[in-house]
Amino acid sequence: MRRLSELALGASGRVLEIQVSGASGQRLLAMGLLPGSAFRVVAVAPMGDPLTVESMGRRISLRRSDAAGVEVELD
Amino acid sequence: MASATTRVPLIALVGNPNTGKSTLFNRLTGVRQRVGNYPGVTVERKSGRFRSGDWEAELIDLPGTYSLAAASLDERVVVDVLGGHLPGTTRPDAVLCVVDATNLSRNLFLASQVADLGLPMVIALNCVDAAEQQGIRVDAEGLAARLGVPVVPTVATRGEGVPALATAMARAVSENLRMRTTQWPEPVSDAVRELADACRAATGTALPEAELRRVLFDAGSAIPERIGWDGAEPTVATIREKLRAAHIHPFAIETLQRYGELDRLLEGLVARPEHAVGTRSESIDALLTHRVWGLLLFAALMYLVFQSVYTWAAPFMDLIESAKEQVKAAIEPWFAGMPAVRSLVSDGILEGVGSVVVFVPQIAILFAFIALLEDTGYMARAAFLMDRLLAWCGLNGKSFVPLLSSYACAVPGVLATRTIEDPKARLLTILIAPLMSCSARLPVYVLMIGAFVEPRHGPWIAGAVLFAMHFVGLAVAVPVAWSLNRFVFRMPAQPFLLEMPPYRVPRLRDVLWRIWERVREFLVRAGTAIFAITILLWALLYFPRPAAVAEAVRTQFVAEAEAAQDSGTLRAALADPESDLSRDLAHRIDGAYVEQSLLGRAGRAIQPVFAPAGFDWRITVGVLSSFPAREVIIATLGVIYNLGGDLDEESGTLRETLAAQTWPEGPRAGTPVYTVPVALAVMVFFALCLQCGATVAVIAKESNWLWATFAFAYVTGLAWIGAVLTYQVGTRWFGS
Repeated sequence: MRRLSELALGASGRVLEIQVSGASGQRLLAMGLLPGSAFRVVAVAPMGDPLTVESMGRRISLRRSDAAGVEVELD
Repeated sequence: MASATTRVPLIALVGNPNTGKSTLFNRLTGVRQRVGNYPGVTVERKSGRFRSGDWEAELIDLPGTYSLAAASLDERVVVDVLGGHLPGTTRPDAVLCVVDATNLSRNLFLASQVADLGLPMVIALNCVDAAEQQGIRVDAEGLAARLGVPVVPTVATRGEGVPALATAMARAVSENLRMRTTQWPEPVSDAVRELADACRAATGTALPEAELRRVLFDAGSAIPERIGWDGAEPTVATIREKLRAAHIHPFAIETLQRYGELDRLLEGLVARPEHAVGTRSESIDALLTHRVWGLLLFAALMYLVFQSVYTWAAPFMDLIESAKEQVKAAIEPWFAGMPAVRSLVSDGILEGVGSVVVFVPQIAILFAFIALLEDTGYMARAAFLMDRLLAWCGLNGKSFVPLLSSYACAVPGVLATRTIEDPKARLLTILIAPLMSCSARLPVYVLMIGAFVEPRHGPWIAGAVLFAMHFVGLAVAVPVAWSLNRFVFRMPAQPFLLEMPPYRVPRLRDVLWRIWERVREFLVRAGTAIFAITILLWALLYFPRPAAVAEAVRTQFVAEAEAAQDSGTLRAALADPESDLSRDLAHRIDGAYVEQSLLGRAGRAIQPVFAPAGFDWRITVGVLSSFPAREVIIATLGVIYNLGGDLDEESGTLRETLAAQTWPEGPRAGTPVYTVPVALAVMVFFALCLQCGATVAVIAKESNWLWATFAFAYVTGLAWIGAVLTYQVGTRWFGS
């Protein structure tokens, strides 16, 4: 199990769980980053943060601090 | 045809961000729009009429959101409008939901939440052209059959499908067509029933099921507060525990259930190519968000934006200035013999109108760029690139463009904060935007550096000082933002979740429309305040103006002049209003009037406050008169030093006059007023101070007068501290 916040550019895998205690978790779910969906890290900002994740045809940028609540498994 | 007084159906337009919702709104309503704010919040409210045959409806454009969880201010407005809970608004009769055909299941999530509200609905299946390009085909009729509401394919940017949409809305309202709602597992239904009972017992209110589910599913829902259910939290927590015991996560079940149902519902309706076509966006993104190339392109683009607001606007601003002068010259003869009316019209009203209109070129150019950056999809990438740089002090990546534009002018800069969704980051950006060194400060720098720094220290140091002055405000803004974020704003940090929309080719029509919207809004909303401030200052500088002042100056002037020449030539020279002597006298009288004016008296009274910064009463009057617009300082100094008001910062006479000023009395009697530390203190004061009525007015309109007052007070306080520090430290270093 890894956290989305630990990943580098190009990493891809599947979302296992999203901790929804924070406002960001529920928003991520609503935007369609769901447990079970495949994702890929498609961009990392020049200073290493935030990162952009593509999943199910939607690209979402998020800060690593908000990405820490997303548990993933890598391909 | 329905008359304007009969109530027409009210239709709410909802959708995810970047679905073309606003474009569709413009296509439906055309120019028949009204723009305002929702009561109490700074979320924009746009409404307009549209018709289908002789059926007419009112459409209101709601902020783009992903869900009805009411976690952000935008979402809360959408929820409150749809529920009819916002004071001064009526509950809509139907909903038009815009979905992006390229990403149907993700977009239908919001529609599925809205369906719970039980309003008639129509789905606008937008961007079908982009979907086709990607090889995606959606069976609209099949979708309509399964959802139970009309589904109309549209291409908002070209206006395709818009008439069909209006027809469908008319049908949905008259036939009360509602979208099928999500089915919930047994434990959720039980929990909702239990919650309903608890709520009725505690408050006597029977909440609709949809709202009960929101209370159950959303952490920190605003609904209990709205209905006055104080003890909701422990009750809800207990019920959520029961859900957990049934292996249902109360915060995740909603999304899982809705998306699960949508996926099943869409089965067989969406045809995708077997191998996803590598979208253009992907390869463009690889370049535009690249560590090196992305940043270089970003810097180049921002340089272009800044240069254009700074440079391209100048000829238009000059044109407005000269038009104003021509109008003045043309109408001044009408008021011969009525000096007070002439001055009111020319120095008050015309200056007031001019000071509003002069901002239009910069606003138009900046918003042309913002519209292009947003419509192409680049704005989200720019925010992505810059977020890290700004996040640590409470701002976010979207603060960059407004702050950069404020270097040209804070008025368009503050208006540009509309692009920041997070209310805290937006307010912080608004509050520090006036500290960016705008182009109106340049004349003050040029005057002071030209008069006092360059002659003594040479062009290199002068250039370095000019450069450094542009960073004074920024150096102060960063700790200010950090402390405001840390100590003043108690709002919880908003997650920075930003969708990177696909790149699109912007439409000229939409860009022009956005420019027009912003310019019109600025003129209507901020224009009146700016105008009022200009008139007020005019009055303060004009009155009381007793004739005795002019007489005393004239008597003394004639006495001085008689000593130098015979009274015949003197009389002849004074009889000719164009003679140097007459002009000299007129300038002296103007100077005396300013000294005697309400503002002049205030300047003398307040001077002790500015004494620690080394300012004499004349500089103080200059500072006070510059509060509506800082560039006024040059003209005011010209008048105060009896040189007339038609000077610019390059004026040699003004520089020499300043350099020749000495203290008439007191401990420093006979020494120059303007030493290098004083000149630097004046520059630092002008670099920081919020001497711009237009900016204050725009801040008030974009937030409220309380924040505008706060911004004005804190920035002015910082300017005073900065000026005093500069003078005191400078005097010890440089001597005097």
